[in-house]
Amino acid sequence: MVHLYNKMPSEGFFGAAFTTVDRALNWFRLSSVWYLLFGLACCGIELMQTGGPRTDIDRIGSVPRPTPRQSDLMIVAGTLTYKMASRLRLLYDQMAEPKYVIAMGSCANCGGLFQLSYSVVKGVDKIVPVDVYVPGCPPRPEALTEGILKLQEKIRTERFLVKSP
Amino acid sequence: MFFDFANVFIFIILGLLMTFVIITVSRLLAPRVSDVPDKFTTYECGERPVGSAWILFNFRFYAVALAFLIFDIELVLVFPCVSVYNKWLKAGSGLFALIEITVFVGILFLGLIYMWNRGDLKWTKEVSEELEEGVVLEEEKPIMF
Repeated sequence: MVHLYNKMPSEGFFGAAFTTVDRALNWFRLSSVWYLLFGLACCGIELMQTGGPRTDIDRIGSVPRPTPRQSDLMIVAGTLTYKMASRLRLLYDQMAEPKYVIAMGSCANCGGLFQLSYSVVKGVDKIVPVDVYVPGCPPRPEALTEGILKLQEKIRTERFLVKSP
Repeated sequence: MFFDFANVFIFIILGLLMTFVIITVSRLLAPRVSDVPDKFTTYECGERPVGSAWILFNFRFYAVALAFLIFDIELVLVFPCVSVYNKWLKAGSGLFALIEITVFVGILFLGLIYMWNRGDLKWTKEVSEELEEGVVLEEEKPIMF
């Protein structure tokens, strides 16, 4: 299968051209970070508020999607149990490339309040790679918005077509 | 004379070309991962699909669902009448509205009686009641829902 992904040189004329294409693609991607609804616990309520009219993250291009096929971002909002962990991994695998993960709240970051429990995963970064950690128990909608803005900064600097230096 | 057809022809060509261009550009630029077999599994809200999607549903669901739907709609239509009934009473058309609603509910109630009489609301049925003599039944297989 032919594709240019990670194959182009980073220097010379083609390097400049494909770096520009990369920047354009990054701009498209960061302007429409659609997130998969993954409210697992009380952080889910704050997640809904973040999508609601008061802290409207639609204005920075983020809209909720009910299916992983259309999502770029998985916001893991809440306590992840071992039973749910395999489902989380499957949903992450089913998302289209490129994909990002935000761990929202203490439980998703490190197990939080339920750290000593027998059934709670001590941080979702043990299951999927996490891009942005949002602290709080639960984080306010403003904090999650900040997290998405941080993720946009991260997407802005990515290189897809040219070889990574 | 054939100029109108030429318009349609050009639109078809452009449509095919755009489809080709968009799919090709997307294929060239998109990051690809081919070593994750889970990506191509059916999306079932995180669950792994079990068995085939082509299972048999008992057709008794049909009659019950139909009855439910009819009475659901009846509720939707009658409820607004209840909320404005006081206004109708003051306007002097209360009796007329009452008769109208009663006739409407009555017709649907007759339908319910008909269904009940036919035995569509009875969930457990004896198959032998409905079959003529001499028909050999296949052994029923358990159906998983």
